[in-house]
Amino acid sequence: MPSRRAPVVFPSRLELWLITLIGLVPAGLYFWYGAHNQLGADPVNVFERWLGLWGVRFLVVTLAIAPLRDLGVINLVRYRRTFGLLVFWYAVMHVATYGVLDQHLDLRAVFGEVTTKPFLMVGLAAFVLLCPLAATSNRWSIRTLGRLWGTLHRGVYVVAALAGVHFLMAFKTYTVTSVGYAAALFVLGAAGVVRRVRHNGRRRMSAANEPMRRPKTTG
Amino acid sequence: MARLRLPAVSGSDITSREAWLNRRSFLVSGAATGLGIGSARAAGTLKARATSYTVKDPPTPRVDVTTYNNFYEFGLDKGDPVQNSGGFHPEPWTVRVDGLVRQPRTFSMDDLAALMPVEERIYRMRCVEAWSMVIPWDGFALAALLGVVEPLGDAKYVAFESVLRPDEMPGQRGGLASLDWPYVEGLRLDEAMNPLTFMAVGLYGDRLPNQNGAPLRLVVPWKYGFKGAKSIVRIRLVADMPRTTWHSMAPEEYGFYANVNPTVDHPRWSQGSERVIGSSGFFGAGRRTTEMFNGYGEQVASLYAGMDLRRWY
Repeated sequence: MPSRRAPVVFPSRLELWLITLIGLVPAGLYFWYGAHNQLGADPVNVFERWLGLWGVRFLVVTLAIAPLRDLGVINLVRYRRTFGLLVFWYAVMHVATYGVLDQHLDLRAVFGEVTTKPFLMVGLAAFVLLCPLAATSNRWSIRTLGRLWGTLHRGVYVVAALAGVHFLMAFKTYTVTSVGYAAALFVLGAAGVVRRVRHNGRRRMSAANEPMRRPKTTG
Repeated sequence: MARLRLPAVSGSDITSREAWLNRRSFLVSGAATGLGIGSARAAGTLKARATSYTVKDPPTPRVDVTTYNNFYEFGLDKGDPVQNSGGFHPEPWTVRVDGLVRQPRTFSMDDLAALMPVEERIYRMRCVEAWSMVIPWDGFALAALLGVVEPLGDAKYVAFESVLRPDEMPGQRGGLASLDWPYVEGLRLDEAMNPLTFMAVGLYGDRLPNQNGAPLRLVVPWKYGFKGAKSIVRIRLVADMPRTTWHSMAPEEYGFYANVNPTVDHPRWSQGSERVIGSSGFFGAGRRTTEMFNGYGEQVASLYAGMDLRRWY
């Protein structure tokens, strides 16, 4: 059964908390700057974009973990959930900054924008899709949902595509930053989909030939 | 409405204007006697004449006006222009005014200084990106300059061309996000002749910093900021609507008219309100409702009588 199978090294709680805390430093730092008038002329916009950028950065890290392992570079799979949750927390802060600091909780304005502007619809869709992924990022959900869990969490590739489009649209022109990060998201997302498809194909052909190569999804 | 205080104003406004003038003369005398006055609005070097073109809201702090700029010739980020414009030389400078005019002419900045008395106007600036400032500009009405060259009857539009100097402007050296250089903007002739339309040579009483469009830029307060071409080298009167930079780049996002209009959204965001720029941190950051024609409707709405502003955004 999944939980008893492994020669998997689980990271210590301390490690995971440390990653989370360090991962939240960019947000904390800029929040402090913004609250103390150190973010320049348009602090809310700077903070909003900063949170979006770091969310994208952690999403790139999360998506890069599997290919890095497959290429034999480094195996960080045990930290992937933590990075994925950082993506979620940055998305929460990004959306909250938009609603509270930027739009001043003007719900009519928010509703008007997110229902009519593709830029915001795409971003919001990415956020909404992230929520169930974050909510099921625990061992209990993995056990309870079984195969469904794997299917659900493939949604991260859709999140990558949506986030990439939203990120591109956040710039008035195509810039090195916007195209670079969007390309990273698209390529890593596509690589993930390809890996899944090939893996499923192989598994259908002969499950016995590749034992335990991906313990998390073969259960 | 009536955020603008033009000559026909109420008594209370006149009082505050007198206070305003007094403060200014105090500052001028202070500077003259060598007192160092640490005010953001210390009398500048341009000796601009005060005018009644002003707004009720306080001017955006000078530090924000001069560090938060869209000037793609110097880079894409708001902080790039102040960082990357140090090697730009706004002197010597000439601007050619020609096309469908009776007296085409090339003006040096000294010519302009001799011909056009400098006055101060405090205008709202509304960026198409939904933020706004209040800026004390120094300069002269464009109509006065056009009067010198005498537009011909078949001139219908005015095209403004910014300088092309890839050596001094890193943003013009190509790259992914590059626009088509030189930057071109345009106005209809009647818009150009409107008394509000302004050629700025300074802000806050001093010559324009490089990052704000030195030495000469256009200011059209009822239109989105990108209409205000910077570092202008040529003004051409033409018969047909000029091909303007942002409009050619993304016509569905940036119209030729680009009048500030809270009811016509940008495809990616609402134009109904705007973030007020000012060094105040998160919790002092303001948001205000965007006004039709940026609050200048009384002066300019008649220019567009009968026009569908949804179609001609």
